[in-house]
Amino acid sequence: MIATETSTSGERQAGDTAAWDVARVREDFPVLGQTVNGKPLVYLDNAASSQVPQVVIDRGGRYLREEHSNIHRGVHYLSQRATTAYEGAREKVRRFINARESRECIFVRGCTEGINLVMHGYGRKFVTAGDEIIVSAMEHHANIVPWQMLCEEKGATLRVIPMNDAGELLLDEYEALLNERTKLVAVMHVSNALGTINPIKEIVARAHKQGVPVLVDGAQGAPHLSIDVQDLDADFYIISGHKMFAPTGSGVVYGKAELLERMNPFLGGGDMIRTVTFEKTTYAGLPNKFEAGTPAIASQIGLGAAIDYLNGIDRAAAHAYEHELLAYATEKLSEIEGVRIVGTAREKVGALSFIIEDVHPHDVGTILDQEGIAIRAGHHCAQPVMKRFNVPATARASFAFYNTKEEIDTLASAVQKVIEVFS
Amino acid sequence: MSELSELYQQVILDHNKKPRNFRKLETANRHADGFNPLCGDQLTVYMQLEDDRIADVSFEGSGCAISKASASMMTQSVKGKTREEVETLFSEFHRMVTGELDEEATPNNLGRLTIFAGVREFPARVKCASLSWHTLHAALAGEDTTTTENLGPDITSDQVSA
Repeated sequence: MIATETSTSGERQAGDTAAWDVARVREDFPVLGQTVNGKPLVYLDNAASSQVPQVVIDRGGRYLREEHSNIHRGVHYLSQRATTAYEGAREKVRRFINARESRECIFVRGCTEGINLVMHGYGRKFVTAGDEIIVSAMEHHANIVPWQMLCEEKGATLRVIPMNDAGELLLDEYEALLNERTKLVAVMHVSNALGTINPIKEIVARAHKQGVPVLVDGAQGAPHLSIDVQDLDADFYIISGHKMFAPTGSGVVYGKAELLERMNPFLGGGDMIRTVTFEKTTYAGLPNKFEAGTPAIASQIGLGAAIDYLNGIDRAAAHAYEHELLAYATEKLSEIEGVRIVGTAREKVGALSFIIEDVHPHDVGTILDQEGIAIRAGHHCAQPVMKRFNVPATARASFAFYNTKEEIDTLASAVQKVIEVFS
Repeated sequence: MSELSELYQQVILDHNKKPRNFRKLETANRHADGFNPLCGDQLTVYMQLEDDRIADVSFEGSGCAISKASASMMTQSVKGKTREEVETLFSEFHRMVTGELDEEATPNNLGRLTIFAGVREFPARVKCASLSWHTLHAALAGEDTTTTENLGPDITSDQVSA
C-alpha cells in the first residue's frame, strides 16, 4: 500500500503521469547521462544525496566566476552582489516553506548542523535536570545523538516513541509520553530508512496541547513533500540542501522567531555580533545571530537555484510520479522470492528498504554497483531501526522524479542476479 | 562480471554459508571485538594462546560474505602458528588486499588466502576482508576492541587523482 496523498498531489491520481515527461527532466541532470562499469548509471541513492540540475551548477559557477566575495561586509560592488544573491536565496527558502519572515530561516551546512544548532541554542539554555526529550524509534542518528549528549550533560532523560511492525509511530504511546517534564519533541518528517511519512501535524498538535515545542527533521521531507511550516505549526523545521537537488554544505534551520530570539547563539565569531568589547559582547539579531563566520555562500545560493528549479516544474505531478515509482518498485521487488521489504507503512515516500534472504546488504550493493546501480547498503545511520526490525542492515533504493520504471526493472533483474550468485 | 566472479568465488561463498570455527571458544584466554562502524559489521575473535602459539582460534559475529569468509579462512590459516608467523601473514594479507603486494610475483605465505586478492578491485570492501585480521591482531596485542575507523582511508596512493 503506497500513499498517493501529499498536500499538493492529493487531487491527482497515482496513475496519471501524462503530465510528467521524465525523459525531458533527465536532460536537466547531467550526471545521469554517464555509464558506470560499462552500464548506464541507475542512480537510486537519492535519500543519501540527490543529483544537481544544470541550472544549479551554472548558478554556483556564476557566483564563483562573477560574484565571489564575502557577504555582509564590503561596501564594494562584488560583496554587494554576493550579499544580494545570498539573502535572495534566504527569501526563496522562506517562500518555499512558507515561513512568516526570512529571518526565521537560518543557513546551516545541513540537517546535522541544524539539529545541533537547536540542541545548543535551545536545549542547553532551557533543558535542566529531570526534564525529558522525546524522539522517535525511527530517528536518524543526527536526531538522536545530539539529544543524548544534551541529556547526559543536563541529567535529562530521552524518551522514545515506539513504532509498529510496519514502521509507523504509535501515536497513543506518544501521547502517553508527553508530560510536564517534556521540554522538546524531535521527530523526522519522513524516515530515511523506512520511507514512512510521519503525521507531523498531528504530532505537533498533541505536543502543543501540552505547551511543548516540536523540532522536525525535514531531511527526507523537503525533497518529496510540499512543506508549509505554518500549516504544520512546527517550531523548528530542518532541511539539508544536498537531498533536494542543491550542493552539499547548504541547509536551513527554520525556527519560529520568538523561539530563535530567546535561544543562545550557536557558534561565536564574526557576523553574529552587534558589539564586541573584552568585557561584553552583544549579539546580532536574526538570522545573523546564528551564522557566525563566512558561510557556504556558493552552496546556499545553489540551494536558492534548486528552489527556483523546483518552482519551475509541476511539483504536484512530480510527487505523484515519485509515488508511482515507489509503488512499482515495491511490486517488482515483492514478486522476487527471497526478498523482504522492510518498512510497509501506509504512508510512504521516496525510500524502499529491502533484504534478500541469506545475503548481506553489502554484497547486494557491490553486485548492483557492477550493474551500474547505485543504492545504499548499511544501517542508514539508524541503528535502532535495524535493531527494531532485527536486521543488521538493509539495502535501500531511493527515488527521485528523474528515475524511471525501466531503471526499476534493471534493479529487479540485478536483484535476481544477486540471488543467483548466492544460490 | 569477471571482477565480480573474482570477488565472489565459490570458496568464498562456501565459507560464507558454512563458516568454519564459527563459535565461542570456551578455552580462549584472549579475545577482541572488531567493529566496522561505517557498515555495522561486528565480530569477536577468540584465541587460545599457548607460549606465543595460537593453539585454537574461533570467531562469532555478523557481516557480509567477504568479512565472514575472510574470518573463517583466517581461523584456518592461523591455527597452530606462532605470533610472529601470524603477524607476517597479517601484513601480507593486508598488503595484498590494498594492492601493495602482488601475490603472484612476490613470494609469500598466503597460500589459499590469495583467493581474496580480488578484493583490491573493490576499495569499498577492503575493510570487510581485513576486519577479522585487525581483530586478531588486537587480540594478540592484548587489546579488547578494534575498529576499522582508525585505519585510514580505503584508497591507495594510485587512486588519488586531480
